[in-house]
Amino acid sequence: MIRLRVNGKPVSLPEGSVVAAAIALSGLDATRSSVRGEPRGPLCGMGICFECRATIDGQPHQRTCQIPVRQGMEVSTDAG
Amino acid sequence: MPANFEVVIVGAGPAGLAAASAAVERSRRVLLIDDNPAPGGQIWRGEGRQPPRGVETWLETQVLGPLRPGLLMADRAGVPAQISYEKLILATGARERFLPFPGWTLPSVMGAGGLQALVKGGLAIEGKRVVVAGTGPLLLAVAAYLAKRNARILLVAEQAPRQRVLRFTANLWRQPAKLAQAFSMGRYLALKYRTGLWPVSAHGNGKLEEILLSNSRRLACDYLSCGFGLVPNSELAALLGCRIATGEVLVDEFQRTTRERIWCAGEPTGIGGAELSIIEGRIAGYAATGDRHSATSLFTARMRASRFPREMDSAFSLRPELRRLVHPGTIICRCEDVRFSQLTSHTTWRAMKLHTRCGMGPCQGRVCGPAVEFLLGCAPEGARPPLYPATVSQLALDRQ
Ligand SMILES: Cc1cc2nc3c(=O)[nH]c(=O)nc-3n(C[C@H](O)[C@H](O)[C@H](O)COP(=O)(O)OP(=O)(O)OC[C@H]3O[C@@H](n4cnc5c(N)ncnc54)[C@H](O)[C@@H]3O)c2cc1C
Ligand code: FES
Repeated sequence: MIRLRVNGKPVSLPEGSVVAAAIALSGLDATRSSVRGEPRGPLCGMGICFECRATIDGQPHQRTCQIPVRQGMEVSTDAG
Repeated sequence: MPANFEVVIVGAGPAGLAAASAAVERSRRVLLIDDNPAPGGQIWRGEGRQPPRGVETWLETQVLGPLRPGLLMADRAGVPAQISYEKLILATGARERFLPFPGWTLPSVMGAGGLQALVKGGLAIEGKRVVVAGTGPLLLAVAAYLAKRNARILLVAEQAPRQRVLRFTANLWRQPAKLAQAFSMGRYLALKYRTGLWPVSAHGNGKLEEILLSNSRRLACDYLSCGFGLVPNSELAALLGCRIATGEVLVDEFQRTTRERIWCAGEPTGIGGAELSIIEGRIAGYAATGDRHSATSLFTARMRASRFPREMDSAFSLRPELRRLVHPGTIICRCEDVRFSQLTSHTTWRAMKLHTRCGMGPCQGRVCGPAVEFLLGCAPEGARPPLYPATVSQLALDRQ
């Protein structure tokens, strides 16, 4: 199992999972707030729409549907 | 210093993998690139496919566009990279077409293949109530997959009318095996399959709670998995100067584009499914490495495999009612939160971009472009460089 934290909350999930799945597991439906402040979550699941973006290890705007979970990752969402 | 390869293949789906295995027969310097963390593309996502032996593979690498002829710019897991090629094969696949309706921006409203991809990526779906909707055989493939993962499939809503779907399935004996499988899905899913039905709106407080269907029924659900067919990813080809017609990359019988040293295979040349993608990929791989004989030997197989997509196109064409789902306040461009009412006074995609910022966000019109084309009849005129906001963190995104 890979352990990481989403907005400080510890979650663990199988190797090969993507960060978007970890965010959902942490109890969040939204990954970001839109320009007008609406909650948004993943749409395409394949790196096209950018709706799933979040900050990973300090790097903002990462597409969480394309990035595999790694041990000790720190993920934070602006919609959290 | 750019990395140097004889053959560079962009996209490691069925087409790109096939191209790589053909090219590596004659070349020792083949590079296969994919944005995904694993090879396989859309259909083989999460199946542990391996790239062919002898092929160098860069994953989590996104090709952004050309720097000059023969040189590509890429983002390799957050690090900028330059790649030089003698021959380039584009196998960039397709994405789903999303159509806006009130509530389509709520969290947990996703693409049909989109939800499937996330479940393959570890999203917990067991026991969740899922409605699969939109059009095309992909809906059944998705529903079957989610059911296997113990999702509760409440409904599979196909917008196409019953007669057209029946005519299509009557010909299934000569369809690719995968599809036949999807349609012989067993009693459980067959009971959930409805034709001539589509979602009208989605509702919920901060996330999806319920949908309204075209038969006026309301249905409470946890996920709406909704896609309206596929759109070729032809943007990279456009940036490289390859000629595109009605969204598809033009190629000759050897899968050669209108640009010197660039070939294209799979969905960007026209939606054709995995079987056709594989054949086209092999032809491109052989042709690019000068093996015209092996390439030519596959022409008949390609012809046979391309009959099916034409039939699929006519069976699952989009009904006009889907154009009338949007309200003036419905968001069309999700990146910039542009509403339908802001777009209707403009007649070209260019004017919409200039005046409303529609299509100017990080997705660069990949989601709203096909939607605007369907709703208002004006199509994006081609991609602008760079293909993606370079290394996402560096460019315009920072202002948000
Ligand atoms: C979401 C989705 C789900 C699908 N599911 C099924 C299914 O279950 N069954 C079925 O029969 N068909 C499915 N399809 C149809 C699918 O298009 C074909 O069956 C098949 O995968 C096409 O193969 P391909 O190699 O042409 O393209 P793809 O499989 O789409 O592969 C293209 C690859 O190129 C990569 N790529 C694109 N642009 C870049 C870039 N700029 N830089 C780096 N990499 C890039 C992508 O990440 C992708 O891996 C699905 C399509 C989609 C969009
Ligand atoms: S869900 Fe679309 S980019 Fe991640």
